[in-house]
Amino acid sequence: MRKLEQLYRQIIMDHYKNPRNKGLKDDEGYQSDHIKNPSCGDDITIQSKVEDGIVKDIRHEGSGCSICCSSASVLSELLKGKTVEEAEYIAKNYLLMLMDKDYDESIDFEDAVAYQGVKQFPARIKCATIAFKAFQNTLK
Amino acid sequence: MNALKLKSDFPVFDEGPLVYLDTAASSLTPKSVIDAMDAYYKTMPVNVHRGVYQMSYEATRKYEDARENIASFINADFEEIVFTRGASSALNMLARMYEPFIDENDEIIISEIEHHSHLLPWQQVAKRTGAKLVYVPLTKEGRITVDNFKKVLSENTKIVAFTAVSNVLGYRTPLEEIIRLAHEKNAVVSVDAAQGVPHEKVDVKALDCDFLAFSGHKMLGPTGIGVLYGKTDLLDKLEPLEYGGDMVDYTYKENATWKDAPYKFETGTPPIGEVLGLGEAVNYLREIGMDAVSAHESELQAYALERLSQMDGITVYNKTSETGIIAFNIDDVHPHDAVTFFDEDDIALRAGHHCAQLVMAFLNVPATLRASFYLYNTKDDVDRFIESLSEARNFFTSVGF
Repeated sequence: MRKLEQLYRQIIMDHYKNPRNKGLKDDEGYQSDHIKNPSCGDDITIQSKVEDGIVKDIRHEGSGCSICCSSASVLSELLKGKTVEEAEYIAKNYLLMLMDKDYDESIDFEDAVAYQGVKQFPARIKCATIAFKAFQNTLK
Repeated sequence: MNALKLKSDFPVFDEGPLVYLDTAASSLTPKSVIDAMDAYYKTMPVNVHRGVYQMSYEATRKYEDARENIASFINADFEEIVFTRGASSALNMLARMYEPFIDENDEIIISEIEHHSHLLPWQQVAKRTGAKLVYVPLTKEGRITVDNFKKVLSENTKIVAFTAVSNVLGYRTPLEEIIRLAHEKNAVVSVDAAQGVPHEKVDVKALDCDFLAFSGHKMLGPTGIGVLYGKTDLLDKLEPLEYGGDMVDYTYKENATWKDAPYKFETGTPPIGEVLGLGEAVNYLREIGMDAVSAHESELQAYALERLSQMDGITVYNKTSETGIIAFNIDDVHPHDAVTFFDEDDIALRAGHHCAQLVMAFLNVPATLRASFYLYNTKDDVDRFIESLSEARNFFTSVGF
């Protein structure tokens, strides 16, 4: 089986075809951030809504390859309901994991663990990171 | 021309089973070019135009011989060849240097199929000067035609900035007629020949273009070196953008005078090894003959298009192109997803907008795949590419795209 097949067969196709929490809210309680990858045209906007230190909602919208679009959906499920500190910590460690640096392996990344497979395709790592980076920016 | 035999001239093929279909981005480097650069660093790694000792004299002679060689390759005169970092740098320099001659009454004709490095410099000149940026209407398939050019050419046209060959769609611009018409209106024509000079015979005198730019690394040469060709009388009236050593003639306390072109545009120590490498690349191309190179690419393109036409689920955007560039997509699959599949098969293709976002807008797609051929590609490369493409299409269908 191709390396690519293992990757796509798992979670990515599910979230690519059936994205969760898709569509932006026109509500000033949401903070937005928009990131483009100009080399390939990936274009993602992430919104987060924080109340009482809890990430109450995460929304996303955009266009791009399957890895980029699906990771925004996965992110929204993974980090919704977490405290801001937890969400920041998980997002930071997700990015460390993809960049092949030391990260906290005790974290349950849920569906996002599938993106570890992206490391086999270094040219695609950026695709899997921009949603998480945009999310980090919404908390700033 | 025997492409399979030529492959042995390119050391990168010793690294593994590579099918290289991304020459439109950058070509591979033959051993002779690498050796020419090595020889400079091994035997005379000294500056040019400065030292009066024998070694520097010899380096200078080789450096200027390369300029002469590159000039004759496009039928230019020695003084008309300005060395730059590449085509992008050459086109930017030109727009900046020509800006003082442009005002708000002028029009700059450009096209949506320009590479960003030809479009953006003139877009910015238009913004700064108030000149009007006029887009030539493209045909339905995305071509620049003489008829459409006539619709936008006017008494106010000051600059015409067109690509010789589109870097995405591969169409050849009918430059000779366009340049003749532009000159009737006293307009100056800038040609982006980054996809032209490496692939076909270019004769700047027959073309009668005013300026023309190309890059070394797309024509078997090294990175970091390119050429701005300009007619001598036009180069003479341009002020240099950079001042310093080697470009100056006499320096006074309050003033200075410049050397003649091309030297007034080349301050600082030039990329000497790269110039020698580009000179050797020209030798390599000359040996094969540019007509043979074009014919070989056309043959591969026709063969690939024929095979693609027998496949379902693939959209080709430039079926009528006359050069070796094919822009396509696997239906419903983002090109970045697709390109990773090819990568696993050691096939190098380009995915993206190819520094031509207006072309993507014209095609109404976010990005495309692009295969581009050169003298080292074979029919076997095309077969491997088609086989991988067929598997890719089936794979993406099977996982649910």
